[in-house]
Amino acid sequence: MSETTTPVSEFAFSMKGISKTFGSVAANEEIDFEVRKGEIHALLGENGSGKSTLMNILSGIYQPDSGTVFVGGERKVFHSPKDSIQCGIGMVYQHFMLAEPLTAAENISVSTGGFFVHHKKESAAIRAFSEKYGMEIDPDKLTNQLSVSEKQTVEILKVLYRGARILVLDEPTAVLTPQEIRALFRVLRKMRDGGCSIVFISHKLNEVMELCDRVTVLRKGRSIETCDIKDIDAYELVEKMVGRKVDLSINRPIPKEDCKECLRIESLSLRDPDGYVKVNAASFTLNHGEILGVAGLAGSGQKELCEAIAGIAPVESGRIIFEGNDIAGKSPREIIRMGVSMSFIPEDRLGMGLVASMDITENILLKDYSFQPGVFLKTAPVREKAERIVKELEISTPGVHHPVRKLSGGNIQKVILGREIHLSPKLLITAYAVRGLDINSSYTIYNLLNEQKMKDVAILYIGEDLDVLLELCDRIMVLCAGEVTGIVDARSTTKEEIGQMMSGTRYEELKGGVDYVSNH
Amino acid sequence: MDTSFVIATFIASAIAYSVSLLLGTLGELLTERAGHVNLGVEGMMLMGGACGYVTAVKTDNLLLALFAAAAGAALGALLYAILTVTLRANQNVSGLALTTFGAGLANTLGSTVAKSNTPDHITAFFSFHPFSLGDVQNPILRFLNVSLLSHDVFVYASILLAVFLSWFLFKTKEGLSLRMVGENPAAADASGVNVTRIKYMYILIGGMLCGLGGLYIPLVLQRTWHADITAGKGWIVVALVIFVRWHPIKAIGGAFVFGALSIVGMTIQQFTQISSLVIFNQYIMVMYPYVLTIIVLVITYARKKAWRGPSSVGNSYFREER
Repeated sequence: MSETTTPVSEFAFSMKGISKTFGSVAANEEIDFEVRKGEIHALLGENGSGKSTLMNILSGIYQPDSGTVFVGGERKVFHSPKDSIQCGIGMVYQHFMLAEPLTAAENISVSTGGFFVHHKKESAAIRAFSEKYGMEIDPDKLTNQLSVSEKQTVEILKVLYRGARILVLDEPTAVLTPQEIRALFRVLRKMRDGGCSIVFISHKLNEVMELCDRVTVLRKGRSIETCDIKDIDAYELVEKMVGRKVDLSINRPIPKEDCKECLRIESLSLRDPDGYVKVNAASFTLNHGEILGVAGLAGSGQKELCEAIAGIAPVESGRIIFEGNDIAGKSPREIIRMGVSMSFIPEDRLGMGLVASMDITENILLKDYSFQPGVFLKTAPVREKAERIVKELEISTPGVHHPVRKLSGGNIQKVILGREIHLSPKLLITAYAVRGLDINSSYTIYNLLNEQKMKDVAILYIGEDLDVLLELCDRIMVLCAGEVTGIVDARSTTKEEIGQMMSGTRYEELKGGVDYVSNH
Repeated sequence: MDTSFVIATFIASAIAYSVSLLLGTLGELLTERAGHVNLGVEGMMLMGGACGYVTAVKTDNLLLALFAAAAGAALGALLYAILTVTLRANQNVSGLALTTFGAGLANTLGSTVAKSNTPDHITAFFSFHPFSLGDVQNPILRFLNVSLLSHDVFVYASILLAVFLSWFLFKTKEGLSLRMVGENPAAADASGVNVTRIKYMYILIGGMLCGLGGLYIPLVLQRTWHADITAGKGWIVVALVIFVRWHPIKAIGGAFVFGALSIVGMTIQQFTQISSLVIFNQYIMVMYPYVLTIIVLVITYARKKAWRGPSSVGNSYFREER
């Protein structure tokens, strides 16, 4: 479509020729991005393609080096998020921007003008507002008592309540169950039909294909293409994002027939330091040469399960049998020496497992040094190892002495995984290995895991993306509130089945025809 | 001398001693609500006290003295704000530096009026007790009169201020913005709150209140100046903010308790014979506010579920680093 045939008012906003450079890195170069009124527009691109920078410019967090932003046909300059909000633009961030000890209503109504706070009036207004869009929320609840999806609802209400007509959602589905995603999509469609414009950022292409009207693809800081969703398919989109053809199906080798049992968990229970039950009577087995996926909402006991096996968290009852020995109660170092390796990617990536200010070699040395004899550290062999890992995993870094915190998210995750794999473990526990990674880096990691599987390593894969779990794993175990609600064959199960188990329906109930979820 | 009169006098002195603690606590409370712990309270109280007292002695003008106290302490707070908000320096080190710096400056400045006394006009103003019942005979009324009603305007004003700040924090949008900044500046920023304005504003106002609290000590309580006249009150304030759980209304009670503790030794020595006991030793008595502080800290932080104050306290906020 050309400018001349389109009336200016058709666009909710347009960004033209946006450039932004950080140091020597050009995050955005001459990007054009236009969103019409009443459409859901997908913004796609790999990590580091400039999506976040572009959206941060739209929301007034960054100022562009050059280029202009038009809202409703008028040229605007945003000096702060406040200016952007006043133009009706609202950001829903991936990491929630909420003050936890305050109520939902307080989070929603802060800085909305007026001088006094009328708690009752405000709550009623918010309630009415949320019902209008088919959302449910108790405005008087404290934010730290809300579930993840409720927090997201608060985030969305926060921007709508400020009169936003343009919503930017940054990976909103990453933390939701399939059922919650469907509810979110209903809300978003309702907003679109009410004339709002929505920018939808996601790495999940099937969601983009299902929900969005148009799509813009960014690659290496440039806008590559904008078109209608119906004129393009997922494979073409990936090609445009990556810049070359990519095979989208995950290669899943069939596990060998005669694999021995590696890990057996028998009614394992544990509590957190505050006394809350985090894992409740969990039992499962894991064979050599097999990938067992773990699905579940964030905080369903995945972290605690990993920590129990790795010997970090104390076990309350139950047994953890690794190759015939009960390892419950052993120290982390003993367990590492027996061949158990864990890589846990927390939400902030650097929280667990790596020391951000140290370089790659030193981080690898952290796990290696206990195997070295004597008092003094030997760095030469570790440096060689680091160089090998960098080469094999295609980690882009100026060198093995580059501080880890200066690497991109994907490369940080490759360092963690590379280190664990190079200890040649018998059991590899990996949690959220592709968290926040783009398609290309994710596939590198899937391939690494499959290589390990073929080497008879038993892999416990804790994941977020159900599509990936279904394609990568041999079996999937579903956790809900610390309990195992079912273990299913990944080749024959469905997303819906897993979704229902994630929300608490037991596998036996599903199969027995007692369907608690769709009955109400 | 009857017991009820002793108790009434004790309460009256405790209230008088709690004024500077209350003002300091309210000031530090606002600062921490904005996400900054300012360990420079002692320095700011001294700076405010010295600037205000020198002005009082030289001009004999109370309004000018109050203004000078607020301005002198605010100058210290401004320095702290530039360091910690704009330059994102470490808050603890900046605060400690401010205490050392403020004490040095204040003691130098104050030495010019070390032999002076509070001018008569000002003493007269503080001798005026607006709610005093005068000479009453009824024992209950007399008790109330001596303990609660015979105070100067400053005392009642500072209690009113605590009530006002409480209303401000929880019933106004500006107060909500301030609380939001202290909990999560990024969230406040994304909601359109001007984080830098809030931080500067309440660090400065906080400093002014500390300065006024500092002035009350030489001007009214001691009626003269000597070096380090605040004698550690600024440190008690830092603990008091935690004791009162960052709540202005509770600061009234908290300040009273600590005010009472700081004079209990004097009272006991004055009116009883038991002061020879070692727990009533004058040096031991000075310790009590701090012992209570430690107990309070232990209780506060031993409770796992308890709110531990604004969560962003101590962390710098930089918008482009998220």
